[in-house]
Amino acid sequence: MTSPVAQAPAPTSGEASQFDSSNTRKQWQVIARRFFRHKAAVFGLVLFVLLVLFAFLGGALWKYSYTDLGFRRYLPPSADHPFGTDRLGGDMVAQLIRGTQFSLQIAMVVALLSTVVGVVLGSLAGYLGGWVDTLISRFIDLLLVIPGLVIAAVLVRNSFVVSVAGGSGGSNWVIVALYLGLIGWLSIARVIRGMVLSLREKEFIEAARALGASTWRIVFRHILPNTVDVIVVNATLAIAQAVLLEAALSFLGLGVQSPDTSLGLMISLNKNELTLHPWLFFTTFTFIVLISLSVNFIGDGLRDAFDPRQRRVKA
Amino acid sequence: MFRYIIRRLLISIPLLIVASFLCFGLTTAMGDPLAEWKLQKPRSEAEIALAYERTGYNQPFLDRYVDWAGDFVTGDWGETVVPGNAGKPVKEELLKAFGVTLRLIVAAELIALLLGMAVGVIGAVRQYSLFDYTATGIAFVMFSMPLFCVALIIKAGGIEFNNWLESIGAGRWLTMAGPPGEGFSGSLGQQIYQYTGAYILPTICLVMIQFALYSRFQRASMLETLNADYVRTAQAKGVSQGRAIFKHAFRNALIPIITVSSLNFGAAFGGAVITETVFGWSGMGKFLVDAVTKLEPYQVLGFMMLTAVFIIVFNLIADVLYAFLDPRIRLD
Repeated sequence: MTSPVAQAPAPTSGEASQFDSSNTRKQWQVIARRFFRHKAAVFGLVLFVLLVLFAFLGGALWKYSYTDLGFRRYLPPSADHPFGTDRLGGDMVAQLIRGTQFSLQIAMVVALLSTVVGVVLGSLAGYLGGWVDTLISRFIDLLLVIPGLVIAAVLVRNSFVVSVAGGSGGSNWVIVALYLGLIGWLSIARVIRGMVLSLREKEFIEAARALGASTWRIVFRHILPNTVDVIVVNATLAIAQAVLLEAALSFLGLGVQSPDTSLGLMISLNKNELTLHPWLFFTTFTFIVLISLSVNFIGDGLRDAFDPRQRRVKA
Repeated sequence: MFRYIIRRLLISIPLLIVASFLCFGLTTAMGDPLAEWKLQKPRSEAEIALAYERTGYNQPFLDRYVDWAGDFVTGDWGETVVPGNAGKPVKEELLKAFGVTLRLIVAAELIALLLGMAVGVIGAVRQYSLFDYTATGIAFVMFSMPLFCVALIIKAGGIEFNNWLESIGAGRWLTMAGPPGEGFSGSLGQQIYQYTGAYILPTICLVMIQFALYSRFQRASMLETLNADYVRTAQAKGVSQGRAIFKHAFRNALIPIITVSSLNFGAAFGGAVITETVFGWSGMGKFLVDAVTKLEPYQVLGFMMLTAVFIIVFNLIADVLYAFLDPRIRLD
C-alpha cells in the first residue's frame, strides 16, 4: 500500500528504531518538564527525598541511637534533644528516625504490592472477559463486603501466620504491609479493568492481534503502557494511604507491634500525652502529615503532568 | 431496569453465602474465644467442657457454620460466646449499635456532601482564585492527616473549651460519651443544648474528612464539564453565565459525585470506627472493634451480614443512579 504523496524512501530499520526511541524520550521529557513546573509537586518531591534521607541515613548521623534510653523521661525540647525525650527516656529524634524508616518501608511495600496485584488482575479481567472477569470481579465484591478489621485481626493474632512471618523475633511490620497491600489493590484493579475494557476495542490492539501477538504481549506491551499514567498516580497515592491506614490500625491495636515500630505505633502510644507532653504527640503527628502531604503533592503533580487536558499547569 | 435490579439482587445472594462462610472461617482463624477465659483462673475439666458445649465450639467447623446459617435465616443471629454473664443476643446489640451509628452518620454525610459540592463548584468556576487555592490547600491537608489524630485533637480542644465555659460560669456543654442512652430530657431549649453538645464534635470530625474528598471530586468533574464543547456552545449561543454553569455544566458534573457518595454512604453504615472509638459512641464501628478484640464469632458475622446488605444495596443504587443521570449508559 503506497501513498502517491509519500516520495521519501522507507527508513532503514536502524533509523526507524532511533526515531522511535527519541520520540518516547521526548514524551517523557515533556512529562518531566510539566512536572517540574508544578511548584507544589516539586516541593513535595524535595520534602519526600529529605524524609527518605532522614529515615535511612539519619540513624548513622544523629548523635543518639534509638536504643539509648538513659535520659530523663519527658524532657521538653531543648538544644540537646530538639524533640525532647519520650516516656522511656529515649531521644525523640532517634525514635522518629526509626519510626519514619519503618513507616516508609511499610508504605513502599504496600504501594508495590497493591499496584502489581491490582494491575495484573484488573488487566486480566478487562482483557480476557468471560469467566476470568466474573471470577475476579466477584472476588473484589467479596473483599469489599468482608470487614477489613477481621482480616487484620487474623493476620496479627493468628499464631501460625505470626510464626511464618518471623515469630516473636520481629518482622511484624511485614505482616501489616502484606495486609494493607492485599486489601489495597481493589480500587486500582477496578480502574484498570475499566480502562482495559475500552482499550481492547481499539484498532491498534486489533492490529496487534491480527499480527499474531500473544495475549501476554498484547496486555503488557500494547495495553498497559496506555494506562501508565493512572498506574503511576495510583501507586503514589497508595503510599500516602498506607501511612495513614497503618496509623489507624496501630490506634486500634491491630497494627505494628513492638519490637518493630512505626509512626503509627509511636503516636498511638503517645495518644494520652496530648495535653501533658504535647511534643511527643505533635512531632510524630507532623512527620505522618509531612510524608502523606508530600506524596499527595507528588501524585497531584504527576496527574497534571500526564494529563495536560486539565490545564492546571501552563506547559 | 426493574429486571436488572432483580437480577443484581439475586446475584448477591450467593455472594452473601460465600462471604459469610469465608468470614466464619476468618473468625475461627482469629483464635479460640474461650482461650483467655480458660487462663483467667484454674477451671475444672467439666466447667471447660460445659462452656464449649454451650457455645457449640466442641463441634467441627462445618457443623457450626450450618447451625449458624440455619438459625440466621430464621432470624436468630446467635449469642455471644465468651462466658461470664449469660450469652447476649447478637441481633439486639447489633441493631442498637446500628441505631447509634445511623444518627451520627446521616447528618454528617449530608453536611459533608453539600459543603463539598458547594466548595468544589465555586473552586472550579473561580479556578486559581484565592478561594480555590485555599480550598485546595485545606483539602490536601485534610487528606494527609491520620483521622484518629484529628479526632484526638478535636476532643482535646473540646475539653479546653468546656474548661473555659466552666470558668466563665456556664456548664460543661460538650459531652464525649455518645448520646445519652435514655434520650434527651427537659425543655426544648435544654434538649437542643444536650443534642448539640453530644453531636457537634464527632460530626465536625466526620465532616472534615469526607468534605475534603467530595470537594476534590466535585471540583475535578466540574472543571471537566466547564471545559466541554457543549458548554462552550451554550455560551456562544448567548446563554447567561449562571445558566451555562448550573443548567449545562453542573448537572453533568453531578454524575461522578453521586456515584462516589452513594458508595460512601453504603460503607458508612459500617460505622465510623475511629470517630466512635474516640468520642465513646457505641455504634457499629465500636461494636466491630469490640467483637474482633473479644474474638466473638457470631457478633462479627452478624455485623458482616448487616453491613454487606447496605454495601450491596448502595452499590446497586450507584449503578442505577448513574444510568438514570446519563441515559447513554444502559443497564442490561
